[in-house]
Amino acid sequence: MPYSGIAEVVVNKKVGPEHFLMRVLVPELTKEAKPGQFVHVRCHGEMDPLLRRPLSLHGIDYEHGTISLLYQVVGRGTRLLAEMPTGAEVDIMGPLGRGFTIPEKAQNVFVIGGGIGVAPLFPLVQALKHYKIEQTILLGARSADWVIGTGQLASLGVKVEAATDDGSLGYKGFVTDLVGKRIKVIKPDYFFACGPNPMLKALLEVTRKSGLDGQVSLEERMGCGVGACLACVCKTVASSELLVASGNGKTVDSGEWRVGSGTEKTVREFEYKKVCSDGPVFGAGEVIFDD
Amino acid sequence: MINLAVDLGGLKMKNPVTTASGTFGFGPEYAPYVDLNRLGAITVKGTTLEPRKGNATPRIAETPAGILNCIGLQNPGVDEFIAKSLPYLRKYDTPVIVNIAGNSTDDYAEITRRLTAADGVSALEVNISCPNVKQGGMVFGTNCAAASEVIRVVRQNTTLPVIAKLSPNVTDITEIACGVADAGADALALINTLLGMKIDIKARKPVLGNIMGGLSGPAIRPVAVRIVWQVAQAVKLPILGMGGITTAEDALEFILAGATAIAVGTANFVNPRATMDVLDGIERYMRDNGVKDVGELVGAAWQ
Repeated sequence: MPYSGIAEVVVNKKVGPEHFLMRVLVPELTKEAKPGQFVHVRCHGEMDPLLRRPLSLHGIDYEHGTISLLYQVVGRGTRLLAEMPTGAEVDIMGPLGRGFTIPEKAQNVFVIGGGIGVAPLFPLVQALKHYKIEQTILLGARSADWVIGTGQLASLGVKVEAATDDGSLGYKGFVTDLVGKRIKVIKPDYFFACGPNPMLKALLEVTRKSGLDGQVSLEERMGCGVGACLACVCKTVASSELLVASGNGKTVDSGEWRVGSGTEKTVREFEYKKVCSDGPVFGAGEVIFDD
Repeated sequence: MINLAVDLGGLKMKNPVTTASGTFGFGPEYAPYVDLNRLGAITVKGTTLEPRKGNATPRIAETPAGILNCIGLQNPGVDEFIAKSLPYLRKYDTPVIVNIAGNSTDDYAEITRRLTAADGVSALEVNISCPNVKQGGMVFGTNCAAASEVIRVVRQNTTLPVIAKLSPNVTDITEIACGVADAGADALALINTLLGMKIDIKARKPVLGNIMGGLSGPAIRPVAVRIVWQVAQAVKLPILGMGGITTAEDALEFILAGATAIAVGTANFVNPRATMDVLDGIERYMRDNGVKDVGELVGAAWQ
């Protein structure tokens, strides 16, 4: 049963160019939390900005009953969060969503993060370490100071490789290119990833080519966080996938997948799933990114 | 002893608090936070005859004290609702209001028949005001003759209370309200969202996937209170008031303006227990002010 109520901010400090780390004392929530899940946080008690902000669990400390949230200040809501002092009360709901699951076949995995998408990977890395699963962590960011948490990961004794757009740390280029190169050498049997949609789209092109299966954690604008409002949906392969041959101008649904008459084309039928409650973690074979 | 029970056009509610369609899923989504048995009614997500995928993303944008949405009536279709959601909802001692939408009067007729035959539906809220679908929706609700025709067809096909949910995106809402009253509506739901939009100045493009969306939340509350006030004085039907209600004080404004019952919508996203807070606050207000029956407050601001 998710917790919903007030919790105490234990730490809230700047840890990167626009990045903050908030630790919250909330034992009822912490004891239920699993890697890949998120919390829904109110930035203040007023009506503007109105919505809660979904923040992934960056740290889960079962012993002390605290969770850590690593977030980037991108707008008014996250700025208000960043201004919360130690000892402040924060209105928090969670844990929410479906997190990562570690399949039995996974023995040598890639953990791939882009930008602030690295945040939810830390509890996963700890779980993988606990299960003694070989892992290589590949992080992507625009430059060295935007790569968050390498020190923390190094202290866990896991292999970390970075890719930066300007080459100021590690590989110069996209993390997805680095993944493409390292797949051939390390030959992982599974992967976990989180990052912006364009990165995940490029990543799935690489992993699908290599036949590598995995899980991705998605980001989307969210409303309720509990599966009620249907705002944060993503396209997934329909459970009853239909192959529709066109030529008869058949409309697959009232919306987008309209197949023009006269062209022979096969479309994958899709269904919208809820990022907040069906995800945020989905099977890599399941998600469809638009062109 | 305080009486919170109300009669919304034949729908008996143990208190005046329900949920606004589309903000509360089909019930189980909020069950971890709210005792569904305490609600006056549960109003479920808009349901259509056939399953609908809904609109492209982004489907939500935050605006000053409000949100724009363009979900586009994503729902599994009435048959799946009857098979999967109604058995769950029947476990609760709370009436279920099903919000229905269609592309044609034939759609409305058929979905009405199926829901009337199903076990566990207490009332129909006829959505003739969704701003986010190309066909049907608001097209019916902004034209008096079309709105009345939809309500007439629903009325002919059901014995359940019929609640007409009206669009505020019209010149004179009292005209439409009178029309649907004559067509046989038992109650009016006021208001659906206000049509709006937001532009991303960096991308120089609309934020929402569907370009325009429906504005809800505290930002629209004064508009909704005004509409309830006007319609309550023009039409004899009981009103289910909604539009930006987040607290009991907000709900009481609607009741004093003439609403018999009220719905909490967008506030559920901010405070999952908003319905319960509103209910407790109404009861407290009544106790503090010596009000024995919530009915005494309905329209008290103008009566």
